[in-house]
Amino acid sequence: MCSTCGCAEGARAVIVNPEGAKATSAHDAPHAPDHHHDATRAYEHSHPHPHLEEQHRTIRLEQDILAKNNRLAEGNRGWFAGRNIFAVNLMSAPGAGKTTLLERTIRDLGSELTISVIEGDQETPRDAERIRAAGARAVQINTGTGCHLDADMLSRALRALEPAPRSVVMIENVGNLVCPALFDLGESARVVIMSVTEGEDKPLKYPHMFRAADAMVLSKADLLPYLEFDHARCVEYARRVNPRLELFTLSAVRGTGLDAWYEWLRRRGAS
Amino acid sequence: MHELAITQSVVDQISERLGGARVTRVALEVGRLCGVVCDSVRFCFDVCTQGTALGGARLEIIQIDGRARCRDCGASFAVDDLLTLCRCGSADLELLAGQELKIREVEIANV
Repeated sequence: MCSTCGCAEGARAVIVNPEGAKATSAHDAPHAPDHHHDATRAYEHSHPHPHLEEQHRTIRLEQDILAKNNRLAEGNRGWFAGRNIFAVNLMSAPGAGKTTLLERTIRDLGSELTISVIEGDQETPRDAERIRAAGARAVQINTGTGCHLDADMLSRALRALEPAPRSVVMIENVGNLVCPALFDLGESARVVIMSVTEGEDKPLKYPHMFRAADAMVLSKADLLPYLEFDHARCVEYARRVNPRLELFTLSAVRGTGLDAWYEWLRRRGAS
Repeated sequence: MHELAITQSVVDQISERLGGARVTRVALEVGRLCGVVCDSVRFCFDVCTQGTALGGARLEIIQIDGRARCRDCGASFAVDDLLTLCRCGSADLELLAGQELKIREVEIANV
């Protein structure tokens, strides 16, 4: 990582708005000549150690490490509230079916709810293109090597997306069940998606994520007949980690179990 | 690897607060239930501090034990992980401690 600006090659998130076709990043400005990325630099240690004769002073800081992200997240939360926008942070392991659920939701609810989407992936605008093909506006955040979205990335993506007042913004986080749990984006609700192919004990293995969620979607339910997946046990595990979790079991491909999910979106979106 | 983003944030916040003062020690409070791996933070700290006023500083991590209060029976007790149940059987716990993620203090060299 570059210690001058905190970037690493490719580590700064890039926002792609397919409508504007313009990528923005904090690195539009060229670096000063003395500031270059040298891969070996991180391992050098030429710093002298004249500590013996030195006087030291201790300064009490008591500062929350995530304070900056939390402050930006509060800013996003206020931004959503001021526009009556319901923002959902969707989190899951890669391949759990986030984008497929969004495509289906947009097709089914598009006539009654205005939905726009912020897609987070390490690379490619593929998911944003899928969402646009389903009929909703979307911008893509490519995090490069980053493993989660943070409040600053979301705020920049919102400026590119310009979602309509009284609408729903779906934020598809980077596929990862660990890191996104820690970063508040300023969303109105957090939804964790797990597919039935992942095994019923997933909530026990990744308790931070399931504890941080308001709702859980159990996806790909059409595959249940072919799997040894104990649905009741999965629900028990999820509730053990988070007794307040709302649960939806559905198949976005077959269209089963979607009513309760849609009802939740309508109800939470209206409040 | 959210520890990289977290450690970078530690370096940024200290640099912002103290300007160019040379930092010789950083003490963090990390709760045992906060989902941050201390060894990863230590690894990232060396990388993130290179070439900054924190370069060469000693990193001290104070781990805070987990404590919870049962929302059903009111009992409060120590918890080692997020899967612990109350003795009354309830899983509905309010975490009282163990989620800390704080810069407690730093030591700077007086010039």
